[in-house]
Amino acid sequence: MPFNTPTSPHQLAPTSITRVMVMVMLALIPGVAAYVWFFDWGVVINICIALVTALTCEALILKLRQRPVMPSLSDGSAALTAILIALTLPPLSPWWLTVIGVAFAIIIAKQLYGGLGFNPFNPAMVGYVMLLISFPREMTSWIPPSALADNSLDFLETAMFILFHVLPDGVTFDALTEATPLDSLKTHLALGNTVNEVRAQLGLDEETSRVLSVIPIFGAIGGKGWEWVGGGFLLGGLWLIYKKVISWHIPVAMLGSLLVISSLFYLIDPEHYATPMFHLFSGAAMLGAFFIATDPVTAAASNRGKIIYGCGIGIFTYVIRTWGGYPDAVAFAVLLLNMCAPLIDHYFKSSVFGHKRD
Amino acid sequence: MSSCNTPEKRWKFHGGVHPEQNKRQSTVEPSAQARMPEKLILPLHQHIGAAAEAIVEVGDRVLKGQKIASADGYVSAPIHAPTSGKVIDISEYPIPHPSGLRALSIVIETDGRDEWVEYKSTQDYTRTNPSHLRNIIREAGVVGLGGAGFPSFIKLNPSSQKKIKTLILNGVECEPYITCDDMLMREDPHSIIEGTHIMRHALQAEECVIAIEDNKPQAYESVCKAAEGIKGLRVALVPTRYPQGSEKQLVQVITGKEVPSNGLAINIGVVCHNVSTAAAIYRAIHLGQPLISRMVTVTGAAVKRPRNLEVLFGTPIEALLQQCSVESEQIERLVMGGPMMGFALHDTSLPVIKTTNCIIAATRKELGLDQPVMPCIRCGACADVCPVKLLPQQLYWHARAKELDKAQEYDLFDCIECGCCSYVCPSHIPLVQFYRFAKGAIWTQEQEQKKSDQARERHEFRLMRVEREKLAREAKRAKKKAPKPKKAAAPKAPAVDGAKMAEKMRDEAMNQRDSAVNARKAEIQAAVARVKAKKEGAAPKSDEATSITPAAPQKSGIDKKDDSPAASDNNEQVQ
Repeated sequence: MPFNTPTSPHQLAPTSITRVMVMVMLALIPGVAAYVWFFDWGVVINICIALVTALTCEALILKLRQRPVMPSLSDGSAALTAILIALTLPPLSPWWLTVIGVAFAIIIAKQLYGGLGFNPFNPAMVGYVMLLISFPREMTSWIPPSALADNSLDFLETAMFILFHVLPDGVTFDALTEATPLDSLKTHLALGNTVNEVRAQLGLDEETSRVLSVIPIFGAIGGKGWEWVGGGFLLGGLWLIYKKVISWHIPVAMLGSLLVISSLFYLIDPEHYATPMFHLFSGAAMLGAFFIATDPVTAAASNRGKIIYGCGIGIFTYVIRTWGGYPDAVAFAVLLLNMCAPLIDHYFKSSVFGHKRD
Repeated sequence: MSSCNTPEKRWKFHGGVHPEQNKRQSTVEPSAQARMPEKLILPLHQHIGAAAEAIVEVGDRVLKGQKIASADGYVSAPIHAPTSGKVIDISEYPIPHPSGLRALSIVIETDGRDEWVEYKSTQDYTRTNPSHLRNIIREAGVVGLGGAGFPSFIKLNPSSQKKIKTLILNGVECEPYITCDDMLMREDPHSIIEGTHIMRHALQAEECVIAIEDNKPQAYESVCKAAEGIKGLRVALVPTRYPQGSEKQLVQVITGKEVPSNGLAINIGVVCHNVSTAAAIYRAIHLGQPLISRMVTVTGAAVKRPRNLEVLFGTPIEALLQQCSVESEQIERLVMGGPMMGFALHDTSLPVIKTTNCIIAATRKELGLDQPVMPCIRCGACADVCPVKLLPQQLYWHARAKELDKAQEYDLFDCIECGCCSYVCPSHIPLVQFYRFAKGAIWTQEQEQKKSDQARERHEFRLMRVEREKLAREAKRAKKKAPKPKKAAAPKAPAVDGAKMAEKMRDEAMNQRDSAVNARKAEIQAAVARVKAKKEGAAPKSDEATSITPAAPQKSGIDKKDDSPAASDNNEQVQ
């Protein structure tokens, strides 16, 4: 009886792409939970819409490309991209915004390049940036943390609004929405106010703020509510490092460089530059550091390369946040460094065993 | 001072993996003698180097330990009859080799009397000249028993300019499943220690280290006890990590030094031998017995009584499996060697040879295979575990795209094919297979280049000869017409050129002969890669399958001078 004779190794580690993707999704749970706590159910509905869109688009394109559908669909990569995009969208985004963003990410940024493993740019960030540029109004209409909002919607009302653009009687969209802390800070600094003035104006206790009818957006260290979401992602990210799903290099380099550069400017001029902690715990810094920048397909490969790559993202994030046209910049920074990844890989090779290479 | 307790500085090698050990199954029972089969099939090529040359004929009666094939050339090893009986056939039989090829083998019908040939022990090896010792070891057919099968006497020859500082006895046995060295160390540490003394004497090594992984505490205890009080001999317990048993990695762990690429351990004053080789050397010197049997681990989930057996070379694997109560219908894959570097056999009728350390009869469930091959997600897990610090991912892209020069730029030939990268790959890409293919393709390419160079030179030489003859004819004619003035000048110049050319041709011929060995290696590698690529590459997407099907020239036979049927074509032995 002849046996098959494939080549060694004949034993494989219990790992697979699906397993990696599922671990990453599990690690998102604390952050998403905080998100739901502070910003209500919108994000969950967005995730559902995004998942359906992503899987449909992926299946459709695979069919057109005449590739087996199930193996790619079940690897979890499209689902993860969908979830990540949903997390970057305002909780009260209309359904079509999510659909367009996710479809663009899956079809254009991923499948047109050849599918998983062949895309030079992070698909989630491509989708996000496309939306940000094309639909700036929708993309910047965030809601304040629910604890602070005068009006907040329950699950059904949120779904009604996202799907049918219907609000309960007596509630206007403008009354529901609010710029993000990073956005507000940027706007106020641009108006010539100092950080302390903004803080004084926007970080008041509830009593005073109601009197002055402004919403206190600053929390203890970052944006109110945002700091908890960031903390959730930090927790999940640390778990991923502990589980060796991602290496520490990119998150540490990115957050480290962001910390260093923001501290530097904060120390030089605390009046016009936000605190380092504000930078770390606002916007997409934590999500970006652990879940976006670490996407292996589009990142640098070697460990030294990863450090350069992470540092680049941290620095660009700060530069664009501070002097650029957009309040948050993780997406742009990631895409910029995606472009540099092959170059970084070219210059940072490890020295091979038994070779004396400089 | 032998020392089991002296803490010694130990270094780490880069990467490595911790696969499921699966060693306990085969160490429950003590080792036993394998049953004597009716027929022994002895391939003439059981080692690295040239195949041995048969010195018996069909119909001859042979005695146990009698030399039946002698070494052909320096890098070769003789073969001895494992028991008494009659030579019934000398022809081509399937041999255990990744290629699945056939090779010349001597078949002995055993007579059950197990009658020894007369043999002589060396009484006091310390008074014997090391070169004479080496000769005895060579004549006893001792080769590295860790898996590679390199003739041992060569590695006992210290180079004249370099002093041997450290002799490392490799008892690491880092591959999962394999426990033959483990059992030997537990049950017979004294042979190992005695063999070590002989090696030290032959090499005049300053110190000696026996390295054992910490997943073998009993073996460690036992060797420590046997090594008690011996000066300059140290037993080192090293943390378990695959591929620590690979020579270069082990040298790094014990001495902290990197063996240079393309170099050998001896270049940095270190020599590495397997512990079972030491025991075989002990038997060759002290008892005068040649290498005719070895310990083989018979294991795998299809085997009901996994254990270690002392097996005569030439015993069909079938017999061993039966002795260990195999459930034949359960076997999904039959592996010789470990699961990480061993190769799959197509048939149970193949014989055990000198390099057979383990037979794994694995079930479908056990292997957990049938994982679909997915695209590379550039996760870098392969680079993290590569013990040679290569960039497996880049190598993979280039091998896949057949950019062979780029693959070489990424140091393809430093790859030891340990399989760590394939093991950890979440996309289940058969990375090592791509590297084997690329290596084979490069060898073939170089070979073809050489051939075409030779053809070109032959052609140029011919043109020159024609020209010269023409000139000579013209000169003759000219001489006839005007005999005096043009006597010697014209033919002379081209004649010098011709002589030069002839010399060049001669050199070329020499080179050609030297490279013949490599050529065969390349062809076989390419053939193996091609077959595997066809078989396995079909699993990935269709485009991948075509991309790994090389256009190498066909070669189906394997002749006497061939250089490679031993288990590994690397000098590495991962045990």
